[in-house]
Amino acid sequence: MIAAEDRLGAAAVTSPLIGHSTASQLSLDAHLRDYGPLPALSSQDIMQLAKRAGLTGHGGAGFPLWRKLEAVMQARGRAVVVGNGAEGEPASGKDGWLLTHRPHLVLDGLQLAAQAVGGSAVFLYANELIPLRRLGRVIAERDGSRIDARCVDLVAAPAAFISGEESAVVSYLSGGDALPRFKQPPVFERGVRSRPTLVSNVETLAHLALIARHGPGWFRLVGTPDQPGTMLLTVSGDVARPGVVEAPHGTRLADVIEFAGGATSRLQAVLVGGYHGAWLPPDVAARVRMSRADLAPVEASPGAGVVVALGERFCGLLESSRVLGYLARESAGQCGPCLNGLPRIAELSRSLVTRSASPAAVTELRRIAGLLEHRGACHHPDGSVRFLRSALRVFSAELELHHQGRCSRTTDDAVLPTPRRGAHDLPRTGS
Amino acid sequence: MTAKPSAGKTSSRRTGPTLAVDWTACDGRGLCAELLPELIKRDDWGFPLISDDAVPVHLLDFAERAVDVCPTMAIKLGRR
Repeated sequence: MIAAEDRLGAAAVTSPLIGHSTASQLSLDAHLRDYGPLPALSSQDIMQLAKRAGLTGHGGAGFPLWRKLEAVMQARGRAVVVGNGAEGEPASGKDGWLLTHRPHLVLDGLQLAAQAVGGSAVFLYANELIPLRRLGRVIAERDGSRIDARCVDLVAAPAAFISGEESAVVSYLSGGDALPRFKQPPVFERGVRSRPTLVSNVETLAHLALIARHGPGWFRLVGTPDQPGTMLLTVSGDVARPGVVEAPHGTRLADVIEFAGGATSRLQAVLVGGYHGAWLPPDVAARVRMSRADLAPVEASPGAGVVVALGERFCGLLESSRVLGYLARESAGQCGPCLNGLPRIAELSRSLVTRSASPAAVTELRRIAGLLEHRGACHHPDGSVRFLRSALRVFSAELELHHQGRCSRTTDDAVLPTPRRGAHDLPRTGS
Repeated sequence: MTAKPSAGKTSSRRTGPTLAVDWTACDGRGLCAELLPELIKRDDWGFPLISDDAVPVHLLDFAERAVDVCPTMAIKLGRR
């Protein structure tokens, strides 16, 4: 195992996906030269590698990959395998970065997963806003070189917050809308066109491609016992070099912010885990580590690796209120509690910002939040409630200011992106 | 049969059947709450608020009827 470390250098252990440079690596020749060919592995080999490495999912839920592989392997019928790069989270860019800069690692992992479950149909489901034509050419080059046992269908995922949710992916690839559905039976039994389906985040697949080459012992050189290996993080807000960084699971959040060039102003809070994640106050952000086990006691989770540093010039209440409005707009509108509850939450939180709130508004917000939990086909209501609760916790002083008709904001900038659905494909004016 | 891959520790024999809602199907018409007020209340918008606990044996018949009369077939009785 250490031999692999020596051969590849330290960067190959602490940031094996990004490596020494952040340059794109699109040609198959360059990929094979840098990483070497994939070893020939049996279905059981691959499952055992994933199990011994302790590889967990990078889409947000952190579910062990080997359990998913095993469940699909045991289900009846020809399996479908999906690499999930929908990345609907507006503050996340790591899956897009991977698909644009390290597509071959993802495609290697996709082949391995398909080999493991005996998949007969393989999809790469990638956010429509990334350069898909270029990705299509990468896939075509591999098809032409015949290194893969299976062809990959590239499918453009609608740029919506929930289009990457597992059952929404299955629905879209079955010819429906990219909307979640009731999870019984589960997608590993009845997924795409009723066939057993493995949906795995593209970063998880890229890690699998490295584990197949270097072994589970190498993967466990960094990270935590529960979550070995590294993770990609998208760091934004008041940092010197916003963008995608890679760090071992269990790295201090403060160090992650340093990897992104460090904070450019005094921070009043850090958002971890994205819009279904949680705000952390500065004292917690200074000491906490980025793993599921480390973040659980502070009611947070690394999610898909989103980190947003909120400087003191912003109003956390306003930022949160904008995000809650966005989350309400992004509700699929299929489930009553989410359809009715999220707009109500957005309205009440906006009233807190604009000083029109009644004293009972916070109490009412908490009551409505309680009505949303565990009452939907997907985790959109639960995730939104987690975000709301953390905002009320962390920005309580700002809330007091707003009650007095004041606000600590000293800028008109906004930190958190809250895109309007379909705004990018509105017809352009002029020629 | 429909257990999650992570299942295995919770004994379904001890917990018994529970009521589950397919939220994408439920329209909040409220028939279930009328039939089974012991276990089902309605929220601000009329949608069912159901206890996570197993259905007590003496209410099983009512629970089955609530499942049968749902006009959108949104409520199910099953084992977790």
